[in-house]
Amino acid sequence: MKIAVLMRAVPDPVEELEIDGADLDRDFLGYVLNEFDDHALEEGLLLKEETGGTLTAFALGSADEVEQMLHTAIAKGADSAKKLGDDLDAVDAHAQAATFVSAIRDGGYDLILSGVQASDEIDGQVAMLVAASLDLPHVSVVVGTSPGEGSLRVTKEYWAGITADYDVATPAVLGIQTAREAPRYVAVARIRQAQESGALEEVDIEQPENSSGVTITAMRLPEAGEGAEMIEGDEEAAAGRVLEILQAAGVR
Amino acid sequence: MSNDILVYVEHLNGEVTDATYELLATARALAAQTGGGVDAAAIGAGVSALTASLGGADRVLVAETDALGAFNPQGHAAAFSELVAAREPALVLVPYTSIGMEIGNQVAVANGLPLVSYCLSVDASSGLSATCQLYSGKVEADVTVDGDRAVFAMLAGSASADDGRSGGAGAAETVDVTIPDLAVSFVEIHEPEGGDVDITAGEVLVAIGRGIESEDNIEEAQELADALGAPLAASRPIIDQGWLPKTRQVGKSGLTVKPKVYLALGISGAPEHLEGMRDSATIIAVNSDPQAPIFGVAHYGWVGDIFDFIPELTDRLDG
Ligand SMILES: Cc1cc2nc3c(=O)[nH]c(=O)nc-3n(C[C@H](O)[C@H](O)[C@H](O)COP(=O)(O)OP(=O)(O)OC[C@H]3O[C@@H](n4cnc5c(N)ncnc54)[C@H](O)[C@@H]3O)c2cc1C
Repeated sequence: MKIAVLMRAVPDPVEELEIDGADLDRDFLGYVLNEFDDHALEEGLLLKEETGGTLTAFALGSADEVEQMLHTAIAKGADSAKKLGDDLDAVDAHAQAATFVSAIRDGGYDLILSGVQASDEIDGQVAMLVAASLDLPHVSVVVGTSPGEGSLRVTKEYWAGITADYDVATPAVLGIQTAREAPRYVAVARIRQAQESGALEEVDIEQPENSSGVTITAMRLPEAGEGAEMIEGDEEAAAGRVLEILQAAGVR
Repeated sequence: MSNDILVYVEHLNGEVTDATYELLATARALAAQTGGGVDAAAIGAGVSALTASLGGADRVLVAETDALGAFNPQGHAAAFSELVAAREPALVLVPYTSIGMEIGNQVAVANGLPLVSYCLSVDASSGLSATCQLYSGKVEADVTVDGDRAVFAMLAGSASADDGRSGGAGAAETVDVTIPDLAVSFVEIHEPEGGDVDITAGEVLVAIGRGIESEDNIEEAQELADALGAPLAASRPIIDQGWLPKTRQVGKSGLTVKPKVYLALGISGAPEHLEGMRDSATIIAVNSDPQAPIFGVAHYGWVGDIFDFIPELTDRLDG
């Protein structure tokens, strides 16, 4: 099985965000691999191992973290890794999908995996947009796969712990929510080795225009703790106040 | 094109989901702005029976078909796309759920319409605009949409389900849809197994998130839960790591809880988590990030380290 995994860098969710006009202030922003793409990579690696296939990891963006992501993918077992484009940090999901499509269209992949969503996808979900523009079947919110002959058994999660199984004819696109196993760890030494191996390929792709028809006109940080009583002081003060709240609620 | 609003009816096991009723409430307000009506499209086996609770719509388009199983990402989307192409509604509403997101993306692409995701609210009074939640709930964005038609994927809680449910039975109109050759086939559904602990029954819940950092630290949180006589619940990443069973998960793909007190420790408050706990009577949040969206729904908050807070509170409860 020939597998492609599509990965994106997203602003680190634990960082303090600042707004600059109608976008984040990206000057000092740290990026991390979209957590669902990490699961897509893991599911891809498991399938590669089961089927004796190959896996190519693709990632978008200029941030230093993107190369780190791809080196990590190689260290974990990807056969090759490709960095696409140069200035794609702030483009929309349609433009991201178009970039991925131009990179994978002629690759003959049986399976294309990406994360089910990313925190900045305001104009649609990349995995599904890729499927639609390649006219391939897809299933999203996938929490496990097992390979069959010319098809895959795929488990999709609905909600409240309810799941359903599907048989999907390949080639197909899957939006991965959670891999069967937690994403594997890899030693820093292996990542360094991957860095030095020169296996990472940079692919020059013309940056597509944002074409989604959706324009962000303003951004703001909702007032955190608006309406909440914020407890001041150290942990002793906090624990004392929480005990009072528990007593007032009649549960203590 | 018409001025109508078309709502995708999400259903499972013969029941319309709350998310659909929320869409109907939103659609009613939007129809007043566009001067059109509210249509709801129900696709699948046995959907005629669903019209009994779909009076929130002016018309229910009923597409009976046995070919698709409970839900077929390809088949349901193709059928709905066909209805959107034929009716040309101004606005299409889908829920931002496991089912709705598949429908929304495909219908938008198939009909050449813009799609707006993560929507909190939509306005159609002059052009189309929406307010959306980005970056796991940390940012609110206002957007405008080119043209006069679009698909909107609405976050859970964007309207009152009760408002959308209040209309009695809907007027049914039978429609035919073509199901294409399917590359995706539905096999079977799995209901969750019951667990050791019922987190929906607890008066107090202690819930931990990725801030707990490692499996070894779960014990410390369990001690606090024990001191409170409360079950230990968690956000999704803790379950995905295998640190607690699936039956302890709160949120969109887990359980919805409404305890008297919900103590959220090291949980950021992503929309998918909030969906499962925002109606708790009292929410107390501890998080080291003052911007964490959990503080947006909390009644009480402390910005600090859970590893300072947990033993301190446990001691006081035991002492
Ligand atoms: C289709 C779908 C369904 C989903 N369903 C669910 C669901 O049912 N339930 C669910 O929870 N999620 C669900 N998610 C995932 C959701 O998007 C988030 O990824 C998840 O809720 C994040 O969990 P978290 O808050 O524990 O982790 P994070 O977002 O990583 O937050 C960890 C928090 O801990 C804080 N922290 C770190 N260290 C400390 C410390 N020492 N002291 C205090 N605070 C600390 C950080 O500031 C941060 O705010 C779903 C996602 C999708 C796409």
